[in-house]
Amino acid sequence: MADAIRTPELHLREGCLSPTGDWTLLALAPHANRLRSALATASATRWDLSALTRLDSFGALLLWRAWGGRLPADMVLPDGFATQFERFVAMDEAPVPHPPRFVFTDLLAGVGGAVLGLFAHLGDFLALIGRLALDCLHLLGQPRNWPLKEFSANLYKVGVKAMPVSALVGFLIGVVLSYLSALQLKAFGADIFIVNILGLGIIRELGPVLVSVLVAGRSGSAMTAQLGVMRVTEEVDALTVMGISKYVRLVLPKVMALSVAMPLLVLWTSAVALIGGMMSAELQLGLSYGYFIETLPKVVPAANLFIALGKGAVFGVLIALVACHFGLRVKPNTESLSANTTASVVTSITLVILVDAVFAIATRSIGVPL
Amino acid sequence: MLSLRGLSTRFGNNWVHKGVDLDIPPGEVVSLVGGSGSGKTTLLRQMVGLLTPTEGEVRVFDEPLFAGSREAQRQRRRRFAMCFQGGALFSAFTVYENIAFPLREAGIATEAEIRELVALKLSMVELLPSHAALMPAELSGGMIKRVALARALALEPELLLLDEPTAGLDPTRSASFVALIRDLQQQLGLTVVLVTHDLDTLAALSSKVAVLAERRILAFDSLEAVMQVDHPFIQEFFLSERSSRALARAQGA
Ligand SMILES: Nc1ncnc2c1ncn2[C@@H]1O[C@H](COP(=O)(O)OP(=O)(O)OP(=O)(O)O)[C@@H](O)[C@H]1O
Ligand SMILES: [Mg+2]
Repeated sequence: MADAIRTPELHLREGCLSPTGDWTLLALAPHANRLRSALATASATRWDLSALTRLDSFGALLLWRAWGGRLPADMVLPDGFATQFERFVAMDEAPVPHPPRFVFTDLLAGVGGAVLGLFAHLGDFLALIGRLALDCLHLLGQPRNWPLKEFSANLYKVGVKAMPVSALVGFLIGVVLSYLSALQLKAFGADIFIVNILGLGIIRELGPVLVSVLVAGRSGSAMTAQLGVMRVTEEVDALTVMGISKYVRLVLPKVMALSVAMPLLVLWTSAVALIGGMMSAELQLGLSYGYFIETLPKVVPAANLFIALGKGAVFGVLIALVACHFGLRVKPNTESLSANTTASVVTSITLVILVDAVFAIATRSIGVPL
Repeated sequence: MLSLRGLSTRFGNNWVHKGVDLDIPPGEVVSLVGGSGSGKTTLLRQMVGLLTPTEGEVRVFDEPLFAGSREAQRQRRRRFAMCFQGGALFSAFTVYENIAFPLREAGIATEAEIRELVALKLSMVELLPSHAALMPAELSGGMIKRVALARALALEPELLLLDEPTAGLDPTRSASFVALIRDLQQQLGLTVVLVTHDLDTLAALSSKVAVLAERRILAFDSLEAVMQVDHPFIQEFFLSERSSRALARAQGA
């Protein structure tokens, strides 16, 4: 704007109030409070707007509010500014509705809603599994339509790319666990039992759970966010219109990929963790690598390995299903996207630990030397 | 008011603009026309500083866009507003909060004043007060456009950049949009740059037309003068049978 801002002022002359200068949001910014109180205390009946240089809707609103929502009877109003006030007159009488206040019954309704919401989640989750199963049955007759490309892409994303981070975490956990156990075992002179503790603990329990937590945080959240954004941008709807099942194209490859990748990741991470433990044991207790490797299969029955692989597959399927369930529930706004991504990760980790407990009970007599 | 000097843009190996020069004086309503994919949206994004041109400079209010301190840049930004092609409403906010947001950020108006200003902006774009409680996902395409316009108008900008503001509006609404912009332009001396393919809007609203083709501004003049330019794109754009009918209609109105 070539011309500079003219300071907005309010002059009282012989019972006639005349605002002067620019009454625009930009010009009023530093003077708004002063002019607001000046307008509130002014008690003139005559108004003269002819000295105004500019008036926008904020300036007009300040005047309009001072006038109590109607034009004063006795005023000079140049034509150019009249339309600003006509807009207020033309404005719908109905005020913009206030957002409803929070009352006690809302709290009750909130609790009820949460309980019903839980059932809705269960229902939807079952429906997701059901639809997936039906679509898979349907696919049996059409080998051409299996989403193999998506499967392989997902396998790479959730499996291969997760290898470095899971190795790092596994190695460190192995070292720490071995170090702490060694301190205790040394005190009892039971050094050689380090192999039993590490072998059983890591292979049977720690490996699968550790990998599940990592994968839920890493891939589960990514899956939910991906499906969620596809919901926001209506890509899922576009798929549906093309007659392509979103369960086959979006959910199935993820479930398949995680059910294959998870056992492999469990194997990989447990192996690296054992190596970490083995190195630590050698440093701490002087246990040779040869002895460690030789003893391991004797004290940890192979059944444990199969339990671990089975757990891995089940956890993988769970994480993928939970991620897809929450991803497909995203409503087209960013708030819902973030809420569902959080819920997805928290739910899958909780579920994994619950199911792990079930596994522990169900397999309590298998693979544990008594 | 707004000027582009020797502006060039490259995406990868693809030059979208090469040597674009454009000087928009205050108080003009400039329509930017050009084929689909000719880089109109890209040009608007550069005008507001969302994209840095590969070469050249953008000056707003007689200063480079990024001159001065952070506060000076913030003040300058407050003086122009943009309406995006897709609306770009905040999806987690209601319509009311979307329009109130820039006002609250500016921290000048009180909450009660904001309520009335939002109501005013809503009525300016012909939305009902009851629409204020809706979420952007619950709006129709044309309503999104109008809310986006209301939000852009919230801070009373001096320079308004509109990307296809009438696409998706019915003819009546397009006409009232034209009337609204013309009103604002007359009362506040608003400068408007709008991208449009809608010849009715273009003919009714623009005081000048800029034609973007062959990676540069082919012509920048009044509609009548631009139509005289002998260039295949301009001839095709304005003088095809469809266009002639629309322009004749606008002139008759
Ligand atoms: N971020 C980007 N990266 C690469 N190329 C881009 C990018 N943004 C735009 N382009 C290219 O620049 C060109 C101009 O795009 P732009 O969106 O400005 O077109 P437009 O004139 O607004 O078209 P329309 O009228 O269809 O909206 C197109 O060819 C597009 O492919
Ligand atoms: Mg565009």
